[in-house]
Amino acid sequence: MAETQKIFGASIKRKEDPRFLTGRGNFTDDVKLPGTTYAVFVRSPHAHARIRSIDSSAAKALKGVLAVFTGKDLADAKVGSLPCGWLLPGIKVPPHLPLAADKARYMGDAVAVVIAESPYIAKDAAELVDVDYQVLQAIADTEKSLLPAAAQVHDQAPGNVCFNWSIGDKAKTEAAFKSAAKVVKQRIVNQRLIPNAMEPRASLASANPATGDVTLWVTSQNPHVHRLLIGAFVLGIGEHKLRVISPDVGGGFGSKIFVYPEECVVTFASRKLSRPVKWTAERRESFMADAHGRDHVSDAEIAFDENGKIVGLRVKTIANLGAYLSTFAPLIPSYLYGTMLSGVYDIPSIYCEVTGVFTNTAPVDAYRGAGRPEAAFLVERMVDLGARALDTDPVELRRKNFIPKEKFPYQTAVAFVYDSGDHHGALEKALEIADYRKLREEQAQARKNGRYLGIGVATYVEVCGPAPSQAAGSLGAQAGLYESANVRVHPTGAVTVFTGSHSHGQGHETTFAQVAAQELGIPIENIEVVHGDTAQIPFGMGTYGSRSAPVGATAVYLSLQKIKEKARKIAAHLLEANENDVVFEDGKLSVKGSPDRFKTFGDVALMAYLAHNLPKGLEPGLEFNTFFDPPNFTFPFGTHIAVVEVERDTGQIKLERYVAVDDVGNVINPMIVDGMVHGGIVQGVSQALWEAAVYDENGQLVTGSMMNYTIPRADDVISFETARTVTPTPVNPLGVKGAGETGTIASTAAIANAVMDALAPLGVKHIDMPLTPGRIWDAIKGR
Amino acid sequence: MTSVTVTVNGASKTHQVEPRLLLVHYLRETLSLTGTHVGCDTGQCGACTVLLDGAAVKSCSLFAVQADGRSVTTIEGLAKDGKMHAMQDAFWQEHGLQCGFCTPGMILSACEILERNPRASEAEIRTGLEGNLCRCTGYHNIVKAVQAAAQKAR
Repeated sequence: MAETQKIFGASIKRKEDPRFLTGRGNFTDDVKLPGTTYAVFVRSPHAHARIRSIDSSAAKALKGVLAVFTGKDLADAKVGSLPCGWLLPGIKVPPHLPLAADKARYMGDAVAVVIAESPYIAKDAAELVDVDYQVLQAIADTEKSLLPAAAQVHDQAPGNVCFNWSIGDKAKTEAAFKSAAKVVKQRIVNQRLIPNAMEPRASLASANPATGDVTLWVTSQNPHVHRLLIGAFVLGIGEHKLRVISPDVGGGFGSKIFVYPEECVVTFASRKLSRPVKWTAERRESFMADAHGRDHVSDAEIAFDENGKIVGLRVKTIANLGAYLSTFAPLIPSYLYGTMLSGVYDIPSIYCEVTGVFTNTAPVDAYRGAGRPEAAFLVERMVDLGARALDTDPVELRRKNFIPKEKFPYQTAVAFVYDSGDHHGALEKALEIADYRKLREEQAQARKNGRYLGIGVATYVEVCGPAPSQAAGSLGAQAGLYESANVRVHPTGAVTVFTGSHSHGQGHETTFAQVAAQELGIPIENIEVVHGDTAQIPFGMGTYGSRSAPVGATAVYLSLQKIKEKARKIAAHLLEANENDVVFEDGKLSVKGSPDRFKTFGDVALMAYLAHNLPKGLEPGLEFNTFFDPPNFTFPFGTHIAVVEVERDTGQIKLERYVAVDDVGNVINPMIVDGMVHGGIVQGVSQALWEAAVYDENGQLVTGSMMNYTIPRADDVISFETARTVTPTPVNPLGVKGAGETGTIASTAAIANAVMDALAPLGVKHIDMPLTPGRIWDAIKGR
Repeated sequence: MTSVTVTVNGASKTHQVEPRLLLVHYLRETLSLTGTHVGCDTGQCGACTVLLDGAAVKSCSLFAVQADGRSVTTIEGLAKDGKMHAMQDAFWQEHGLQCGFCTPGMILSACEILERNPRASEAEIRTGLEGNLCRCTGYHNIVKAVQAAAQKAR
């Protein structure tokens, strides 16, 4: 028993790694089919332009070119608009055709596609497509999009307003502010980011003219969602005729959730040409045409009573949605943002208004954290600004305002019920690891020596595991948010787990196998986890929002319970024992009190398929499917502490230390969780210090390559000190909460708080991100 | 078309290629060695790193014809007799990969770092990996893996 008991919770080396380490991964662009043709998209160089005409005759005349399709060709073929999967009350949903037909609405908007025998020929031909544009005035700026003089992105959305959304009790919050002893206000910009998963998006469609079936390989975090949306909404293909395979995927961070124009167009083209059609993005296309993240401008106010207790939080946010609504765009700055503004604090009144706006920029949607980093950053900055205004230690102020442990489950003022939490526990552990008291002493000493050391604390909570389907439906989701798992026990006792979750770096082939090995008591080598293929997996909602462990792995666990129950019935029959007396342990089913009377799991599996001697009325076979719809979200939390030094003469920031204490509930594989925390921290640090998507006033993307958009390199960052507290969630039987986004949610605020703390003696209170040396310098000079 | 002869992972290959064919496309498309990845096509991300006569180079920024008469090692050529190279094993043991897309280039660059300086410090390893981007790991475990491989080689 000892061996198998340790599998859940052990740092098992990943089963998927050998293929990646030896160059045998199978990414979409690696898939080779005979007769493949190649697509290259013609993209608008203008942010806003009317398409007067497209002359593709020269391109079509080039040897090796098979076809050129424009928006008009797609419209004539009745290709539909890309759907939006989350609708808020009163929302404007303008059409988003896979190829723009009347107007291009952002730089990079695809207007035509060339299909050729080789990618080189396709690229040559794309240069020959002559598009006559009438350039129009563009609007890229988030706030200015609401000015009366701003260019209008869509006729259907007057004033560029897509939606107005609010949450919380406005009157109660106003009353709290009226009676407050101290109010602190700050304008907070959460800048736009470009996800930049290392594998560029790609798709390969292969239509079979004999059967009418189409197979689409696509870089997707949720292949069933891709199948449904492309099939039902865009191309009119029944699910039974469209197979979507998402093979190895090189990172997603949200950007591969969405249905994009390109995969629809290659599927359309493959059906037209009866040839496989492949498209692989160049990195410049990733910058221009992958969904971006964040891009909020907020006015925030926090109110305290005379004892330093937070009595109210009021937030007004403009969220830039880009030129079209990406698949889940409206969800991110509403129910994943406004609902998280209570943070880890017991705040009696909160009110938040969000205006979603259209601009001539790339669509904005979920990017690692998706709404929660924006909320956590705002709350954690406001608490630090409050501490400064109240002249109190930021840790002390947090302690005073935490939701006390005994108040869980805790109903926030903004809809959510936090399932569990121990914020004091995580804070104290982080303070101990960092040795906070000593750090403050070192800081005092450093200041005497003219050095600017800063200590930043961020205490966060996030929401994971979306979601109870009924709740999601009532809030505007156009889909359920359960997860499925099919567990198939083969006659020899080997097991295949088919999961609707999708791994693009998270290691499900290992962690889900750990859950199965633990439950069945069989070696992990006898278990295979299959994901990413709609033909093999019954259904699935995919991986995002840190939902794979709490929802996907739980579905696996529940199918395993059904397997065990049936196995126990078969064993009891074979052992001539009462079913209730059969003990299933360590891969053996034995009679309670007589451990030598047993059948191995393999014996039982074989009998399930031989069916020579089964209990009366029991069907042969040993396979079960489960759809798990969780009763609630989960709420991981923690404390991150950053130590930085700012060089006054140059504005350079040096990372000195970084301590992360996260509580993600029970942990299936600590090595994998630590790895995700590390990566998340760097993405969050990077938002604080380096990354920003910048459009100029004409909507030209200025940061369109890895030369001018800073993605951190190994020598930009340091090694991290990670630890955990464990507060299992009651909402799933595994007690797991989700761990993929914690790092990104906490670290941006921790770093910004550290830098502002460093600059406190110079009177600097807040600087908008990224905290580049130039901005630090300007702030020091009071500019 | 131009003729190129390249020794790839120890075997001599001769092909007629377009002069503009990039080395990475020669490896991936002509030779079907898809372990070498294209992450940015502008020499920034390092996913396409291979060893050219032992030196780590970005194969998206070279033409196939520039490799004529030379020797290329790709990730597929690193394991010997079915046994992973020490660097591959170190990445596995230390969890130096998540999505696996940057991994082949990262491993080949790491091999070159230790080839040049078997006693590279953490700072030297980080500087040495500066040409290879990873978006998943935050580099923490990649650095640990290279340190572990160095330790093991001593």
